Amino acid sequence: MSAIDNNTARQNAGQNRQLSINILRYDPSDPASRPRMQEYRIEESDSMTLFIVLNEIREHQDPTLQFDFVCRAGICGSSAMMVNGRPQLACRTLTRDLPNVITLAPLPFFELIGDLSVNTGKWMRGMSERLQVWLHAKEGETDICRIEERMDPDIAEQIYELDRCIECGCCVAACGTAQMRKDFVGAVGFGKIARFRLDPRDARTDDDYYELIGDDTGVFGCMSLLACHDVCPKSLPLQTQIAFLRRKMAAQGLG
Amino acid sequence: MTGSRINQGIQRFPVALIRDFPDKGFPDADQCLSKKQVLSSAVFLCPLGATVSHETIFIHAGLADKSRKSRWPARLDLLQSCTGLFLAIFMWLHMFFVASILLGESAMWSIAKFFEGYFIFGKAYPWLVSCVVGFVVLVLVAHALMALRKFPVSYQQWRTIRAHTKVMRHGDSTLWIWQVYTGFLMFFLASAHLYQMFVWPQDINPYLSADRIWSDGLWPFYLALLLAVELHGGIGLYRLAVKWGWPNASREALRKVKWILTGFFLVLGLVTLAAYMKIGYEHRTSVGEPYTPTWALEKNEHRGDGQ
Repeated sequence: MSAIDNNTARQNAGQNRQLSINILRYDPSDPASRPRMQEYRIEESDSMTLFIVLNEIREHQDPTLQFDFVCRAGICGSSAMMVNGRPQLACRTLTRDLPNVITLAPLPFFELIGDLSVNTGKWMRGMSERLQVWLHAKEGETDICRIEERMDPDIAEQIYELDRCIECGCCVAACGTAQMRKDFVGAVGFGKIARFRLDPRDARTDDDYYELIGDDTGVFGCMSLLACHDVCPKSLPLQTQIAFLRRKMAAQGLG
Repeated sequence: MTGSRINQGIQRFPVALIRDFPDKGFPDADQCLSKKQVLSSAVFLCPLGATVSHETIFIHAGLADKSRKSRWPARLDLLQSCTGLFLAIFMWLHMFFVASILLGESAMWSIAKFFEGYFIFGKAYPWLVSCVVGFVVLVLVAHALMALRKFPVSYQQWRTIRAHTKVMRHGDSTLWIWQVYTGFLMFFLASAHLYQMFVWPQDINPYLSADRIWSDGLWPFYLALLLAVELHGGIGLYRLAVKWGWPNASREALRKVKWILTGFFLVLGLVTLAAYMKIGYEHRTSVGEPYTPTWALEKNEHRGDGQ
């Protein structure tokens, strides 16, 4: 019997779990709206993700439910939400890994659009501009007629590792410091600074990076609670990167 | 005059004042404020000009870090870590010295006297202990001041971080809340203890310490201090390791070491406290009489030295 047949048989036998999905509902654009938890019941199916759950609810139970998805494959970072208290990508979260009762809430910290939908992009853009997370080429070295200098494969690998960040916002939502202090850069920003610091094509020095993150809204504000590291859906080495930046920036204070 | 022009003018106003006053006038004055208003501001600022540095005026104008970011946040961060490291190591050594009572009154007496210089100068100078205590007080105050920067300082911040730790159920974040609790408690407990040791260093003695704990009824104080110190110091050292990336071990391993050390020092501390309570109870009829080992008494009698 195939897996699909098995699943159908189980469903027929009524063996599937009944999931209770509790969702935080709130519409900031409606002055009459008040935050509330709304429960939806849904029968679990094989390999069910929260992406499927939410679409099922919207399609069959409540068309007003707001949430974000784009790629459905953990690449775009749109589906980050608080799942039973932890920020994670709903599209990559299987219901079989969760208990019968599932609580969904929007990511804190970011501007709430409605229900589970938040505007991470707006904040990410602001962060990118504030930290200038683009390549600052060495002056006079941009010559499109010349073949680019080769990069050490190890460095390229390290840069690639940090470039895997999808800006989902999980690290910022998990950060205790960011919850208390809204101007905190957050791990996503540190990861990006660490990435450009590695890049041999970038002309900036630690002195320049200190101007960007050398204060209590930057690396010295980090209290090393490291929830960012623990929840990152891309398993980025945030702990070591932040510690590394802290050492380099602290050295600026002594120099 | 449009609203935006007013704003522009006001933003530039302090800079103009710093750069051009009093000879060249105010380039933007006609755009932002009437001459009379500007002059009255200038008159008000004039007496300050002599004592307030340009840097201070820039900071007050909201222009700090515009030319070069202050290096002080880096130094303050290092100061917090260094003072924390010092206090944690001091606290563990201190625990070993105090626990010497478990080896007998004579051992504890010898260690206390050693720090009073008895074995170097042949005579006890309790003020030497006061000097060490005074230094520890300075380090503690510096550490507390630095740590205050991280405290939740408003009801909103407090409510947010509590909700965050409750929702997240994330070990390291919850440990931090305990660091805040215990740190706050130590503002008072550690200060009271250090004050006592600073003013009455000669009372560090097997019997006098035991009297303080039992007959003076301070054992609940020491119990609370012990719990606060061990939890705070243990968590703090773990935090230092992950914050600076040294030692470069996994967090699981570091956490394990942290709990083993915390457990060890807590047990040692509790047993030591119990030992002092027992001695204090047995000594309750002769409170205030210090302990001196027989061999030291004989030596002192031979020299004609007291205590």
